[in-house]
Amino acid sequence: MSAPVSPAELVDEHPDDDILRGERIPHIWCPGCGLGTSIKAFAEAVRATEWDLDDHVVVSGIGCTGRAAGYINTDSYHTTHGRAIPFATGIKVVNPDLQVSVISGDGDLFNIGGNHFIHAARRNLDLTVICVNNFNYGMTGGQFGATTPQEATTATTPYGNFERPFNLPLLAASLGAPFVARWTSLHPRRLSKAIRKAMEIDGLGFVEVISPCPEGFGKANSFEEGLDQMAYFQEHGVIDPDRDLREAGINLKGEELVLGNFVEDEETDSYMDVKRAYLSERGMGGDAE
Amino acid sequence: MASAAAPLLTGEHFLKGDIASAEGAIAAGCRFFAGYPITPASEVAERMSERLPEVGGEYIQMEDELASMAAIAGGSNAGAKSMTATSGPGVSLMNENIGLAVITESPCVIVNVQRGGPSTGMPTLPAQGDVMQAKYGSHGDYPIIAYAPDSPQEMFDLTVSAFNAAEAYRSPVIVLADQTVGHMTGRVHIPESVETVDRPRPADEPNPEEFLPFDAEHLVPPMASAGDGNRVHVTGLTHDERGYPDIDTDTQKQMMDRLMGKIDENRADIVETEAYDLDDADVALVAYGSTSRSARQAVRDLRAEDIDAGLLRVVTPWPFPEDEIRALSRAVEHIVVAEMNLGQYVHPVREHADVPVDAHTHQGGAIPQPAEIADTVREVVG
Repeated sequence: MSAPVSPAELVDEHPDDDILRGERIPHIWCPGCGLGTSIKAFAEAVRATEWDLDDHVVVSGIGCTGRAAGYINTDSYHTTHGRAIPFATGIKVVNPDLQVSVISGDGDLFNIGGNHFIHAARRNLDLTVICVNNFNYGMTGGQFGATTPQEATTATTPYGNFERPFNLPLLAASLGAPFVARWTSLHPRRLSKAIRKAMEIDGLGFVEVISPCPEGFGKANSFEEGLDQMAYFQEHGVIDPDRDLREAGINLKGEELVLGNFVEDEETDSYMDVKRAYLSERGMGGDAE
Repeated sequence: MASAAAPLLTGEHFLKGDIASAEGAIAAGCRFFAGYPITPASEVAERMSERLPEVGGEYIQMEDELASMAAIAGGSNAGAKSMTATSGPGVSLMNENIGLAVITESPCVIVNVQRGGPSTGMPTLPAQGDVMQAKYGSHGDYPIIAYAPDSPQEMFDLTVSAFNAAEAYRSPVIVLADQTVGHMTGRVHIPESVETVDRPRPADEPNPEEFLPFDAEHLVPPMASAGDGNRVHVTGLTHDERGYPDIDTDTQKQMMDRLMGKIDENRADIVETEAYDLDDADVALVAYGSTSRSARQAVRDLRAEDIDAGLLRVVTPWPFPEDEIRALSRAVEHIVVAEMNLGQYVHPVREHADVPVDAHTHQGGAIPQPAEIADTVREVVG
C-alpha cells in the first residue's frame, strides 16, 4: 500500500486561487468538516458580486470558523471571541464603500457575541453575517452551545443537553434583518447564491450554514463520519422559503430541516443610508473636513 | 471665534474637562468615535455625537463597552483616527480588545475618566484606582502609553498628545483622567493650529504579494488600511511579519521584542514630567492627574514653613518614567507619592528609587487635600 498523499499535493492550482490564500493551505480544519465547502461557496459569491476583490473585507471571531478570515485573500481580520461584528462595524462605518463580511461560528456569533448580532440587525448595518453552525464549540473540544439540539451529547452535556437551542433564522427575522437564509454544506451552489444576495442586499444579510462536525459533535451523536451528517442533511432537508420560521427549529431527531432564503426585503434602508439622509436633511454629514 | 462647524475652535473658552477632551480629539483629527454612556465620561460622547457629523466624522453608540473598543479597533484599521471614552467599569470590559489593539498595532485613544471603585463604586466621585489597570489590565505582556491631565486645558492638550502618540507608535493610548478634571470647568485656550501626527503608511503602491503588514525592518511598520489593496491579514494570534498566525516561541519573541521595543526605545520622546521647586528640594512629592494640583499647593505651603519640598509631576504615568525617578532619587532624601488610591503607583516608584519612598494614599471620592499631603511630608522629614 502506498503512503497516503496529502490532498494539498494532488493539485497545483485551484479555480479560486485568487480569492483564497493558497500559501496557507493545508488549512487547520478536520476531515469531514463543512468549513472548506462553506469557504468555497463564499469565494464563489465574492467572484459573482460587482465589487473588486480589494473592496471586500472579511472579519472573523474566534473558533474553527474564526480561522476563515485567514484563508481568504482580501483584507482580513481575525479578532477576539465574540467581537467580529463590532470590529466589522467600525470598518463599515468608517468606510461604507467596503463590502464587509463577518464569517464566524455559532458559539462566537450567538453565545459570547449574541448581543452584537442583535444590535447590528436592529441598526440594519450593511454587513453580511455568515454563521457556520456546527452545533457545538469545535475548537475547544466539542462542548455544547446555544445551537446544540436538546438531548445531544457533548463534552459538557454528558447526560444530554437540556437547554433549548436558538432557531437562528427566526431570531434574525424577528430583528428585522432584510435577508435571512439557511443552507447546509450539502448545498454549495444555493449557499453561494444566498451569500451573494446577502452581500447585495441593503442592510444586514444573514446566512446560516449548517455544517457537519464529525470530531466535535458527530461522533458523540450517531454521526460517525462527516458524510453521515451530510446524508442526514440530504434525507431531511426541505427547501421551503415560505415556511413559518417558528417551525424551523433544529433538533436533528428526524424532523424536517427547513432550508431556504426566508427573508428578502429590498425596501428597508441600511443604517448608513438612513444616517446619511437624516443628517443631510439637517445640513450635516456631507463632505466637510 | 471660529464657527461651530470648524474642526478647530480657535480661541478662549470656558469648558468642562470632558468637553475639552472631545475638542482635543477633533483637533487631533479624530473622525470616528464608538462609545457607551457612563458617568463621569458621558459628556465626551455627547460632545462627539454633536461635533463629528459637523466635521465629516462618524459617531456610533454601541451596545456595550466590549463592542465600543472592538469598533474603534476596526475603525482604526479602516484608516480613521478613532476613540472611545469611558470610566473604570467600562475599561474593565474593554481590556480584552485593548489587548487586540496592542497586538494588531491599531492606533486608538481610550479616555478613562476615573471614578471610585471597585465595581460600580462611586460613579460621580473621583479616584485614581485605575493607574495599574491602565498598564496591566489586559492579559499578557504589553507596553502602554498613558497621559494624566490635571486641568480642562490639559484635557484638550493631552488628548491631542494621546492621538499623536497613538499614531506615531501604532498603539492604543489611554487618557487617564478622573472625575475631578473631567467635570472641572475652566479656561481652555485652543490655538490657531495644532500639531498632528499621522500613522506611517506604505510608501509604495499596493502590493499584496510583497507587503508585510508587520515588517520587522521597522520598529513601527507602515500601516495599510482596509480597502487599500494590500490584502493584509491581521490577527490577535501571535503572527509573523506577513500577519499570518504562527504559534511558535521564536515568532513570539520577534513579535514581542518589537512590540515592547517600539515604546521602550522611544521612551525619551514619550515620557513627560514637570519639575516644580525641585532644584534645592530635600523631599519630593510625586503625583499625577488631579492629585498633582493638591501636591503643588502642598509644596507651596511647606516652602512657607522652610521645608525644602518639591514636586515631580508625572504627565505620562506609562511608560514608567524610570530615568526621571532615578534622577530624582539621587537629588532628594525622601520621596512621597501622593495618589487617589490606596497605594499603587508608589510601587514602581519605590522599585526605581534609592531613597525611602512613602505613600500618601486616599480611598477615593475626593482629591487629597493639600494640608493632608503636607502632613505626610512633615511626618517623613520630621
